[in-house]
Amino acid sequence: MAFLKVEKLVAGYGKNIVLRGISLNVQEGEKVVIIGPSGSGKSTLLKCIVRLVEPISGKIFLGGLEVTSKNVDIRKVRQMTGFVFQNYNLFPHMTVLKNVLLPLLVVKKLPKELAYKKAISALEKVGMLEFKDAYPLQLSGGQQQRVAIARALALDPTLMLLDEPTSALDPELVDEVLDILREIAKQGMTLLIVTHELDFAEDVADRIVFIEDGKIVEEGGPEEMLYDPEKERTKAFLRRILRKRLVKPA
Amino acid sequence: MDFIFFIVKILPFLLQGLWMTVYVSFLSFLLGFSLAIIMTPLRTFAKDLAGPPITTYVELFRGTPVLVQLLFIYFGLPSLGIKLDPVTAGIVALGLNSAAYQAEIFRSALKAIPDEQILAAESLGMSNAQIYKYVILPQTLRVATPSLINEIVALIKESSLVSIIGVVELTRRGEYLVAITFKPLEVYMAVALVYFIVCYTTSRLARVVEKKYKIPGYKG
Repeated sequence: MAFLKVEKLVAGYGKNIVLRGISLNVQEGEKVVIIGPSGSGKSTLLKCIVRLVEPISGKIFLGGLEVTSKNVDIRKVRQMTGFVFQNYNLFPHMTVLKNVLLPLLVVKKLPKELAYKKAISALEKVGMLEFKDAYPLQLSGGQQQRVAIARALALDPTLMLLDEPTSALDPELVDEVLDILREIAKQGMTLLIVTHELDFAEDVADRIVFIEDGKIVEEGGPEEMLYDPEKERTKAFLRRILRKRLVKPA
Repeated sequence: MDFIFFIVKILPFLLQGLWMTVYVSFLSFLLGFSLAIIMTPLRTFAKDLAGPPITTYVELFRGTPVLVQLLFIYFGLPSLGIKLDPVTAGIVALGLNSAAYQAEIFRSALKAIPDEQILAAESLGMSNAQIYKYVILPQTLRVATPSLINEIVALIKESSLVSIIGVVELTRRGEYLVAITFKPLEVYMAVALVYFIVCYTTSRLARVVEKKYKIPGYKG
């Protein structure tokens, strides 16, 4: 059975239905990149997996556990998954170190020394250890996002959900975040990433999923999805974002 | 010259009432603060159940004069078997009134905190109580600080109302002096001066505290 299994997921906000029946399987260690136009439901899909958005119908299984079951302690599930937001969402009133320590101490209730060790090592991984005593708003967007990644990593998640981790960043800061994500990808963690960075997707993804209007239009390996997609809608979408990257069309 | 000399002469007598003024304002602020700090999460996390009664409370206390509330609690409640001494009645009346204002201060401070902060805390597996304690409350308090300072200063001034039910504080002592000396101009001038110095010092001190706890890097 797949590590993450999404079955006929329907979700939305009030009367506005965003996901219209999504089914998706992700194997353990697999890196899946989700692409699609804005408003297509990519972010909602990620949020549903840890029930930051409550699904309307459908089922989600993670590591054999039904996340969507009423009996599940969703906080336990969230402790096993790392979520990285577009806007980093660090806690501005705490230092970098405290941001990473907080979930280890109050959620996982680890002893102080162990929590400290884990926090330090997570900050080291993202190259932010020297900033451990700084406050988030004193840092650049890229640095904040690296801390946010460290905060998620420190929980030793079995699955990382990354919701457009570089979309809010100035262009020159994008690479420092992507490089770290490449590192993490190499270490075998299961990743589900929403991004518009196609070069990164090509490097990292085992599979690319294209979502539009709350449905999966097409999915496949990076080669075929980026260079030779079958569906016209996928082609149209890729043309739209690729055009932005060309200096001058040939 | 006589004028200044007179004021200097009556100051020691007035200042003996200052302690009571500070006592009543501080305790009523604390009562209001404690109630508001309980009401705020209830309003957020148990919106349907606790929301309407809390809103009613806030509107009632903000929509009626604090003097009437004071008179009601001191003179009215005994008919229901609740007898409070003047100092307690004063603290309760001002405290309940302040709770309504402080609840509103916290409500708008809470609004200034992005929903995504809660989302991020939830994504880390934190419970509602943990989110409130570690994420929402510390940030809300910081946002609310300037308004809370205003509220303390307002309470110091409002505490003069309790002189009406017989609490011997600054204003009441002033009234005694007027009765003895027949010099209302000088006496009330001196009383006002003492209030001004206390209020001004309080708000200056509070600004220092506010700066100290400001979120580093926060613009605004």
